[in-house]
Amino acid sequence: MLDRRQLMKQAGLAAVATGFGSLRALAQDIVTLPFDNGERPLVKYPQKRPMIGLTSRPPQLETPFSVFNDGPITPNNAFFVRYHLAGLPYDTIDPDKFTLEVKGKVDRALKLSLKEIRKMKAVEIVAVNQCSGNSRGFFEPRVAGGQLANGAMGNARWRGVPLKAVLDMAGVQQGAKQVTFNGIDGPVSDTTPDFVKALDIDHAQNGEVMLAYGMNGDDLPFLNGFPLRLVVPGYYGTYWVKHLNEITVIDSIFDGFWMKTAYRIPDTPCNCVEPGTAPKATIPINRFTVRSFITSVADGAKLRSGRTRLKGIAFDGGTGIKEVAVSIDGGKTWTPARLGRDLGKYAFREWTLAVKLAAGASELKVRATSNGGDTQPLEPRWNPAGYLRNVVETVRVTAA
Amino acid sequence: MTRLALLLASTVALGLNLGLGFGPLRAAPISYKLPEETAAFRPGPNLDTVKNNCTACHSADYINTQPRGAKYKKDFWQAEVTKMIKVYGAPIEEADVSKIVEYLAATY
Repeated sequence: MLDRRQLMKQAGLAAVATGFGSLRALAQDIVTLPFDNGERPLVKYPQKRPMIGLTSRPPQLETPFSVFNDGPITPNNAFFVRYHLAGLPYDTIDPDKFTLEVKGKVDRALKLSLKEIRKMKAVEIVAVNQCSGNSRGFFEPRVAGGQLANGAMGNARWRGVPLKAVLDMAGVQQGAKQVTFNGIDGPVSDTTPDFVKALDIDHAQNGEVMLAYGMNGDDLPFLNGFPLRLVVPGYYGTYWVKHLNEITVIDSIFDGFWMKTAYRIPDTPCNCVEPGTAPKATIPINRFTVRSFITSVADGAKLRSGRTRLKGIAFDGGTGIKEVAVSIDGGKTWTPARLGRDLGKYAFREWTLAVKLAAGASELKVRATSNGGDTQPLEPRWNPAGYLRNVVETVRVTAA
Repeated sequence: MTRLALLLASTVALGLNLGLGFGPLRAAPISYKLPEETAAFRPGPNLDTVKNNCTACHSADYINTQPRGAKYKKDFWQAEVTKMIKVYGAPIEEADVSKIVEYLAATY
């Protein structure tokens, strides 16, 4: 164990060096995700525990799935990372000088310092953030894009101020239709469209959308958007703009690339199309589909026959989880699981169920139903971008 | 102060200095250093053309993690290169496009 002097010495050294960036990260191991070409390095980044490395520049890190069995809150150092463009503000964010600009169709344009934002009345919400392309690697036929397993999601307690409070300070003008969000990060080439997202004005003013500076009791980790990010409960991560420093109220529908062309889903009742085909019309991706996972047992596990306790998580796009049912016979019969503590309608909901496993092979399945009445399909739905995956998950085990 | 309290206090200090703290000592921009890039382009035809056109914006793992197999050859990679040009504004010269597609289809 380190004594006080050693701790002080280390702290001093770290302060003298270039902050936490002085820590070297090394590729340590290889993880194989359960689809073809799924080998990934396990990488160690500053402020992160070893994570599944999808890409190094811009950085994309997936959470090792076992983390989701540790509890309903995903630790900051295990939270997934997704960037689109390689121009990250690695050396330019000064928390003392950072300002958030609010402009456009407002009565009073604002420039708020981080200190001023942190002095405002704070709110907290526990909410899942999930990448639109979470689980894309499981699509069949496969589609281009980040080949993720199920670890591009996480659940955190976010702390910050309601976007509405800031918009009210600025005074939204009549005729406002949308609000756009831009972060400090951007493209490395000026011919690449900057990452800007938009929400409808009513959504932006609903009191739940938040400007967050805190995550699970700490500052946001750098790679999760330090010092300020948008939190859009129930909506896919594409809207959760990181390093947020520019908010613009507009009186039109934003037609930037990342809204008009990218992150679109089929405009059909299931938001899906026949596998391998293109949709006729599309809409911007929005709320999460309902999902559930078994976290206590990995696919291919060998267990002892007899009584065992299964555990997992479920979540949806914001109505909350009504029921989680589990099958241990490949989907023939289903038993309701016991739901864990309710951390709010946007949070992971843990579930548990004691089951009795017969000797031999079993297919374990889990299916959640939301308070909104949506449930998970038994067969996967398909769309060309590999979004929205929410098929009933199957874990194959052998008991002896 | 007890030993435990001292330990706790110094742990907090350590956390502030290591993290993105708002302590009075930090008045400069924070600095975040990525680990060194380890992914590399596999050897193949027109490798230099590929490196010259692709690496400015992204690392090689963007390519080598994509689906493999007979269905993900020329048409798949042609679509990706077109996307890079049309959508992401990659300044790739016309003459280089087929070279890049050839490399990708032959190598991945």
